[in-house]
Amino acid sequence: MTTEPVITLRGVRAELGSRPVLRGIDLTVHRGEVVALLGANGSGKSTAVRTVIGQVPVTAGEIELFGAERRRFRDWARVGYVPQRTTAAGGVPATVTEVVSSGRLARTRFGLFRKADREAVRRALELVGMADRAKDSVDALSGGQHQRVLIARALACEPDLMIMDEPMAGVDLASQEILAETLRTQVGRGATVLLVLHELGPLEPLIDRAVVLRDGCVLHDGPPPKAVGQHALPGHDHVHPHAPADAGPIRTGLLS
Amino acid sequence: MEILDYAFMQRALLAAVLVGVTAPAVGVYLVQRRQALMGDGIGHVAMTGVGLGFLLSWSPVWMAAVVSVLGAVFMELVRWYARTRGDIALAMLFYGGMAGGVMFINLAPGGSTSNLSSFLFGSLSTVSPSDVTAICVLAAFVVLVTVGLRRQLFAVSQDEEFARVTGLPVRFLNLLTAVTAAVTVSVAMRVVGLLLVSALMVVPVAAAQQLTRSFAATFAVAVAIGVSVAVGGTVTSYYQDVPPGATIVLLTIGAFILLTALAAPLSRRRARAQAAARPGADPAECSIPASRPADGKVGA
Repeated sequence: MTTEPVITLRGVRAELGSRPVLRGIDLTVHRGEVVALLGANGSGKSTAVRTVIGQVPVTAGEIELFGAERRRFRDWARVGYVPQRTTAAGGVPATVTEVVSSGRLARTRFGLFRKADREAVRRALELVGMADRAKDSVDALSGGQHQRVLIARALACEPDLMIMDEPMAGVDLASQEILAETLRTQVGRGATVLLVLHELGPLEPLIDRAVVLRDGCVLHDGPPPKAVGQHALPGHDHVHPHAPADAGPIRTGLLS
Repeated sequence: MEILDYAFMQRALLAAVLVGVTAPAVGVYLVQRRQALMGDGIGHVAMTGVGLGFLLSWSPVWMAAVVSVLGAVFMELVRWYARTRGDIALAMLFYGGMAGGVMFINLAPGGSTSNLSSFLFGSLSTVSPSDVTAICVLAAFVVLVTVGLRRQLFAVSQDEEFARVTGLPVRFLNLLTAVTAAVTVSVAMRVVGLLLVSALMVVPVAAAQQLTRSFAATFAVAVAIGVSVAVGGTVTSYYQDVPPGATIVLLTIGAFILLTALAAPLSRRRARAQAAARPGADPAECSIPASRPADGKVGA
């Protein structure tokens, strides 16, 4: 691994409402690394990535992106963000291409698309295997296909850093494999990846390092923990409803 | 076409075309971000502008534009800072705007609430040459923003959080959308009326959606519907002596019902064509009980 840090969090604290969600997180992601952020619901893993992209205000600590203080960071074309998939769509139909084109805006001047931009959008769609659905409405897609579109949208600006929030949630097996393959291609060309995961699943062989959060603190930072017991069985999948935010930590089996 | 012989009708028709273009062009973004009723709120606020115009004997169209832009900016600020209590603040803004309009127009020399009615429901004979100039300038601004910044506005309206991470100036674009909606209200005020403006922003978009699958097509079809009903309503109102605003809105709703009725067989045909084009994509071998939803969405 090279030593150049792409993401640095130092003593980061954050609150949602008045409830502390992050209580002093230290995390460094180096160039070319694939880091998984693991933990139970409510452990603060989503909040942690959302502080990195500036969606959750930080009450203490420092965040750096590509060596620049996050507040001063302007080079957003280098960052591809895949939000947690929401079921709420826009009120107007939109095609797969239209949605993915949004991801290319950071590379355009005043939103004017040139041939190279249209090609980048097409390439992103090919990477996730959705090129044949380019003209379909996103409303007509399955959960897994929709997730692939959101990943293509992040890839459209040809980012150096991918930040993904639960990319495998609610995604069918076929799409999971395509996503793992897409990620492998990105890592192969030197991209850095920070992703929030509920469990390692089919992405396990790609992950260099796992950071496990519990109650807003880093519990483990090192090689990915091995799944144990029936969690290790092939094809094992957690399907449990998301707990309310104020519920206690749920044992995921990752650490027990 | 004797209708074009009259100068007031030429002005009214020009205004109608501009309203037909601008209202759905802004409306498509409002519908996309699920703020369909924003135009209605701005329409209420604009009444204070009309009243002030009468009181100070300035152009009601320009005054309505200024006041409704201020109101729209305030609404955006409420959306950023107030969150849960925002609806109370908005309610006060809307009704305060309406009450202000009635108050100012009654304070104006020789003014009474009846002066307000042509602004509330639209009127053809009152579109003055100076109104037409104002409407043209304001409409040019609306078209410039809604077409020139369509990719940025689409991205912000589709997924605000993602738009922020791509480095777009999201707050500025939200503010611009609100200001553009406010300007559109003043454009449409003369022909459709303040209380009916919102219908022309929202209903053509809803009607267009019955046929379209892309944002670009929805935009184009909504504008085409908007121009057709605005011109159709204006002409009807000339020959039948009925109020233009009400005629336009009823025609728009008629277009919505018609397109909805046409859409059902169209989408069935599309689904069949899609299934034929992609054999094996949706396996038909295993029989699915008829009660199950056909789209088979994966629950998150």
